[in-house]
Amino acid sequence: MNILVCVKRVPETGGRVTLSADAREIDTRYLGFTVSPHEECATEEAVRLVEANGGSSTVLTLGPEAAADQLRAAMAIGIDRAILLETDGQDWDPVATAAAIVDAIRAEAAAGVQYDLLLFGNEAADSGDFQVGIRVAIALGLPCINGVKSLEIKDGVATARREAGGGWEVFQVPLPAIVAVREGINLPRYPSVPGRLRAKKKEIERSVPVARQAGAAGPEKIRLSLPAESEGRAEILGTGADAAPAVVDLLERIGVLA
Amino acid sequence: MILTFVEQAAGRPDRSSLEALTFARRLAAAQGVPLGAVLFGPAAEVAAAVLGAYGVVEAHLVEPAGLDAYAPAVWGRSVAQLVGASPPTVVLAAGTDRGQEVLAYAAAMLDAPMAANCIDVRPGEPFEVTRQRWGGSLLEKARLDGPVRLLTVAEHVTQPEEAAVPTTVSISRFTPTLSEADLRVRVIGRVAPEPGKVSLADARVVVGGGRGVGGAEAFSELEELAGLLHGAVGVSRVVTSAGWRPHSQQVGQTGTRIAPDIYIACGISGAIQHIVGCKAAKAILVINTDREAPIMSRAAYAVIGDLHTVVPAVSAEIRRRQAL
Repeated sequence: MNILVCVKRVPETGGRVTLSADAREIDTRYLGFTVSPHEECATEEAVRLVEANGGSSTVLTLGPEAAADQLRAAMAIGIDRAILLETDGQDWDPVATAAAIVDAIRAEAAAGVQYDLLLFGNEAADSGDFQVGIRVAIALGLPCINGVKSLEIKDGVATARREAGGGWEVFQVPLPAIVAVREGINLPRYPSVPGRLRAKKKEIERSVPVARQAGAAGPEKIRLSLPAESEGRAEILGTGADAAPAVVDLLERIGVLA
Repeated sequence: MILTFVEQAAGRPDRSSLEALTFARRLAAAQGVPLGAVLFGPAAEVAAAVLGAYGVVEAHLVEPAGLDAYAPAVWGRSVAQLVGASPPTVVLAAGTDRGQEVLAYAAAMLDAPMAANCIDVRPGEPFEVTRQRWGGSLLEKARLDGPVRLLTVAEHVTQPEEAAVPTTVSISRFTPTLSEADLRVRVIGRVAPEPGKVSLADARVVVGGGRGVGGAEAFSELEELAGLLHGAVGVSRVVTSAGWRPHSQQVGQTGTRIAPDIYIACGISGAIQHIVGCKAAKAILVINTDREAPIMSRAAYAVIGDLHTVVPAVSAEIRRRQAL
């Protein structure tokens, strides 16, 4: 079984976010980088599927030279190959990103590498476009299941579940297929020290993607801003267990304690 | 024409779709064009009939032959073909799982751009949208070009509001032309929610637990309080990453977005990824030992103290009053 997992390098935000001077990027001078949580789980899922079924896994990203770090992190937990579609660091819109991934998959096919399963994150943590996997699916004529939190592969068929209305929806498609996963499908492992060392020595296959010229493009980013938040001071209801009556008064007042 | 994909269940339009329709009506008014809707599934006609209250003049009921179940490529194909039939300027949907998915299919099939989770739009040339990034902790102003623009409307931002003057809805039926490939992906089964369980997304009260809870066992205190309030337990990412609670309880950018009347956040410091998941709560009550925790700035109320003392005391107080 041959699996391709697509990831995106994003800043590791936690507390407050600040913007660059031209308000086009997050100020990343003091931030580390990672991949989106959904994609961390997609990577783990690829490793588990190959462990269970045999075959090979490949990680692909479109991003700057520094995104090699994220590819090595994927190889450190057991991904076999890594492909970097190297950009100058500018953001590519979701249409252009999908087109570049499609080109890369076609180039792989031309070199004799066929994938049974293409894994994506449901949406990137930073841009949150919700469309790259679907655009790739339409371009390649593959079925695509989104929002997946449980995946089973058996006899060339993928059975996937996603949460809906407190319960689950079940989908089933024949391979080859695209599955966009959500965090929660698994608990990603930490890389081992030998894993990191092995990943360090592995080659990263690089190419320069060609931006597509015709057809749709966008959305085209103009600038970023921080949302205006109504930040106030909390009313302190009390300290420790003594605050309980004041808390219950509040719950009665807002009508949640009928 | 502006076309809005309206989700409905048992003949009632979903709240998120009413938010999207309200957003769409304002855009239609600004552009001076009529507002249309597209609906799928059983009872769609019942749901369509009530959309006049939101200013819809034209509703398309899509009836794919022999298919009742949700099938994203079929629904996307239907929207794409409706666009081809009478080109709207803008196609909208709610920023829900299905809204994002159906519009992304339609956009890919039409080779048109799509902007997800918009909170504002400035029509004209250039056509500019303001959309959420990072789950809403950052906003992006962007251009959306093309003969047809597709966008989803971020949930919990626009309040659903009926039109000043209701309209009469003209209903038409549409049968899409489908290929075998469109039919491959469809819901083949469902697992019903546990009976009697309050869903996190719909709960009026959510009791949240973070790192401060300290371990899997201690969640029983939060479960007890949530039970007394007929609410649900929600947790931060730290908690699910540690394996203390299942991911289905995670509140935040990569979990569930909640919008309760009150969110009782216990032992949660408040990373931005968590805040974007709970900021639609009408009020936040923080229970924390740390007065300086980042979540304090979002809270209306706070109790300073150890959650393991405060939460059982609150439960006991509720029981005491209920026994009176």
